[in-house]
Amino acid sequence: MRLQIEDVLCTFCGCLCDDIKVEVDEGRIEKVRGACRLGSSKIMGHNRIKSPMIRVNGELKEISYEEAYRRAAEILINARHPLLYGWASTTCEALKKGILLAEEIGGVVDTTATVCHGPSIIGIEEKGAVGSTLGQIKNRADLIVFWGCNPSEAHPRHTLRYSSNACGRFTPDGRKGRKVLVVDVRETRTARNADRFLRIQPGTDYEIISALRMIIGGKADSLPEDVAGVSKKELIEIAEMMKSAKFGAIFFGLGLTHSRGRYKNVDNALSLVSELNSHTKFVIMAMRGHYNVTGAGQVLAWSSGYPMAVDYARGAPYYNPGETSCCDLLSRRDVDAALIIASDPASNLPRGCVEALAEMPVIQIDPFENPTTLFADVVIPSAIAGIEVEGTAYRMDGLSLRLRKLVDVEYPGDVEILQAILDNVRRLRDDN
Amino acid sequence: MIIKGGIVYDPANGIFGEEMDICIENGRIAEDAGGEVIDARGLLVMPGGVDAHSHIAGPKLNTGRIMRPDDSRMGTEPRTRVCRPSTGYTVPNCYAIGYRYARLGYTTAFEAATPIIEARHTHEELEEIPIVDKGALTLFGSNWTVMECVRENDMDMLAAYVAWGLRAARGYGVKIVNPGGGEAWGFGSNVKSVHDPVPHFDVTPAQIIRALAEVNERLRLPHSIHLHFNNLGRPGNYTTAIETLELLKDIKPSRMRQVVHVAHMQFSAYGGTGWKDFESKASAIAEYFNQTNHATMDLGQIIFGPATTMTADAPLEYANARIGHQKWSNHDIELEESSGVVPWVYTRKMPVNAVQWAIGLELALLTKDPWKVVMTTDHPNGGPFVNYPEIISLLMSREKREEEMKTLHEVVRSRSTLPSIEREMDWSEIVIMTRAAPARILGLEDKGHLGIGADGDVSIYNIRPDEIDPSKDHAVVKAGMSRAKYTIKGGAVVVRDGEIVAAPQGRTYWVDAAVPESDMDRMLSSLKEKFERYYSIRMSNYMVQDAYVPNPVVVNAGMQPLKEVI
Repeated sequence: MRLQIEDVLCTFCGCLCDDIKVEVDEGRIEKVRGACRLGSSKIMGHNRIKSPMIRVNGELKEISYEEAYRRAAEILINARHPLLYGWASTTCEALKKGILLAEEIGGVVDTTATVCHGPSIIGIEEKGAVGSTLGQIKNRADLIVFWGCNPSEAHPRHTLRYSSNACGRFTPDGRKGRKVLVVDVRETRTARNADRFLRIQPGTDYEIISALRMIIGGKADSLPEDVAGVSKKELIEIAEMMKSAKFGAIFFGLGLTHSRGRYKNVDNALSLVSELNSHTKFVIMAMRGHYNVTGAGQVLAWSSGYPMAVDYARGAPYYNPGETSCCDLLSRRDVDAALIIASDPASNLPRGCVEALAEMPVIQIDPFENPTTLFADVVIPSAIAGIEVEGTAYRMDGLSLRLRKLVDVEYPGDVEILQAILDNVRRLRDDN
Repeated sequence: MIIKGGIVYDPANGIFGEEMDICIENGRIAEDAGGEVIDARGLLVMPGGVDAHSHIAGPKLNTGRIMRPDDSRMGTEPRTRVCRPSTGYTVPNCYAIGYRYARLGYTTAFEAATPIIEARHTHEELEEIPIVDKGALTLFGSNWTVMECVRENDMDMLAAYVAWGLRAARGYGVKIVNPGGGEAWGFGSNVKSVHDPVPHFDVTPAQIIRALAEVNERLRLPHSIHLHFNNLGRPGNYTTAIETLELLKDIKPSRMRQVVHVAHMQFSAYGGTGWKDFESKASAIAEYFNQTNHATMDLGQIIFGPATTMTADAPLEYANARIGHQKWSNHDIELEESSGVVPWVYTRKMPVNAVQWAIGLELALLTKDPWKVVMTTDHPNGGPFVNYPEIISLLMSREKREEEMKTLHEVVRSRSTLPSIEREMDWSEIVIMTRAAPARILGLEDKGHLGIGADGDVSIYNIRPDEIDPSKDHAVVKAGMSRAKYTIKGGAVVVRDGEIVAAPQGRTYWVDAAVPESDMDRMLSSLKEKFERYYSIRMSNYMVQDAYVPNPVVVNAGMQPLKEVI
């Protein structure tokens, strides 16, 4: 029987679009409508890891789930300081279990945020964040700024559903009633559709933002005629554009968080927005990549008080990014085993960190094979959250939404897997 | 369980310091019982504490945690056999909130403000708070649908929307914060008086407040409207407070309770024309409360030291951030509300802070009837709730107040009436302010008292009321109230000698109010259109699912008289 399921959530990017239609036939997803190409391909699925595996003499060998859980528990118990990393593409409920596991084994919980919007979070620690939900921007914003991000390719439905092209109560004309400014180092597809494109030299975000802050603060006279290759005249025009907006919104991406200056860039951008509020209404938001990387930060914050990089080795949460974040731990060889879930560090971490991971026992929990699988010692395939199991995820603006279950599968969900590992940890400890 | 020989205070049942036994059977107070015997001979025994206004869960809280790693470093306690790790002082993690309330002898705490669209997050955090029973009030004061119903004077539709909103949010009551101000903030402005129209909506805060109060009574909700005034936090705002209360005088309550509960009155009892001539107007406010019977308040007492201000009054937080040169978080919520978070420090030598401190105490001491005044710090706005024992000792001892005033800026003597107040509260009054009154004000029939059938929530303190004089032994009072000898929650000992010994999962209260089907249908068809056009999420993904309220207590309300459930 063919079943049409409406208002499905797309578990690809931080937009967490919740208006997707999915057709299911005989327990298989047949058709996805309303999603972008990235989302469709995620929902349609691709090659799955078929069975749990452990590495024996360098080769992965299929085993039962029970054996995999036990082996994973052994690795974690025998480790002095294990790392539990990932969490961006799974549910909040899974992370809750992960935190409990980390508390019991004295491990470190870190999320993929530390290598994407980690600097944004540190910026927020310095300055706070003046934000809103996406609907507020859709209904009100007459100026949208994309800074160091490219939603046309990374968040394909963002502009239509939430930002520059969306129609709302005070923005009935959609794109026509808005101005779009793109700040980037290259002319992206997003930039080509903008009203104004400010092309800046790589690594000069901080100077440009500082100059805008000076102009907005009435100190334009002190500026040189040229700031990091951009003319003062152009900067004054852009500052004027911002000040004269009724409601402005800046979306920023890794172009800002990972160029020279890192969290200082974000700190500066947050200050700019805060100051713009003396003149008009302005908000700012990070373009989060994975669909639940925001949720991972939320769960960690309410559980431990800190949004990422939390070390439970002392029994109480300890947080010091730069010390307790995954790349720092790996590059110092300060962890000796890793549980990797819902992420692919082998493709995303610096080479030295990946080498460190390859040297230690690694447990991988994921529905799909990825480069991390190549050196994992225990591989546990899981059900896909939002397609095969229910759970909670947070959209990039912090709205919590419930993922739906569309089809039944044999695979256990991440919550079930982590609970089983936790049970094995407790049992093995009792035996000793 | 039998609690033997305690000196029991249960003002709701007319018991004021009698030596008696309390029995708990199946989690409830009973005539007699077997099982564990707790020796409470000579000790102070009272119902478990009830906090009617505290910010304990939801996006604001988590924003506070995320922007304040400095705060999370305070109050760190490692995990134990029973407890998960605790962190934080002004913005504790979820576990710490539950443990710390229990240690104070509190068994119930209500989150004071949640937008409907973010209620799922609130419930996720509430679920993580151990031990205490809880609930969350739902924000309606700057909601587009509310304002449109008020503008059209369509009270049937408004009632249907409020009922639906409470159900969608799994909320307990109607919270109104700076009505209309949240919407005006959408384009960076505010409303300046109760008669200042809300931009684009052609309604005034006065109309919003009155309409929601009327609908609240029409729906026979257990709690009244819970109101955070316009102009909160501004010098001279006591006139707004009285003007707003006057608006509600003729509304008839549908239950035996107030028609309006005023949140954190301290922040709305200010005189003066600016910060330079800022002064207390607590006496005028208390006088108003003494002469009328339709309103209750909680204090919002400030505590010297760090705080994290967080409120759905976003323009206020913007002003705070500017005044304090502080970091500032803001969050505007589509069609519903806005909110802000700003860290703060209250300083003894700062004239304004010294007067603010006095105002909270004045409000409590000048209002004659303790049933009208609930003790809160508006946690963590005035300071963290762990400081309640400090406030109790201040209310009970003029000597302690005098000692404190010596350490404050001298304006506390000229700009408040506190130095001249002689009243010293007794244990009955403290029990009313911290248990009986908040339970009655919230409409929690099984809380705040020790009558047969009430929840088996009891706190026992290492204080001998027959032997100490709280007006002199205020240090003993503060120390004793800070670490309950026993906290019993639903008949289970959760605290023994100030330590957590068990951490059961508490329950979550929410209100399901019935309205005529035709009104609901009419409301939903208009609401569907709003979702299509303006919301950024789908209506079917909006309601809080049952999965987020695993331990619910559904309180039925609505337009039909309640049927007896047998």
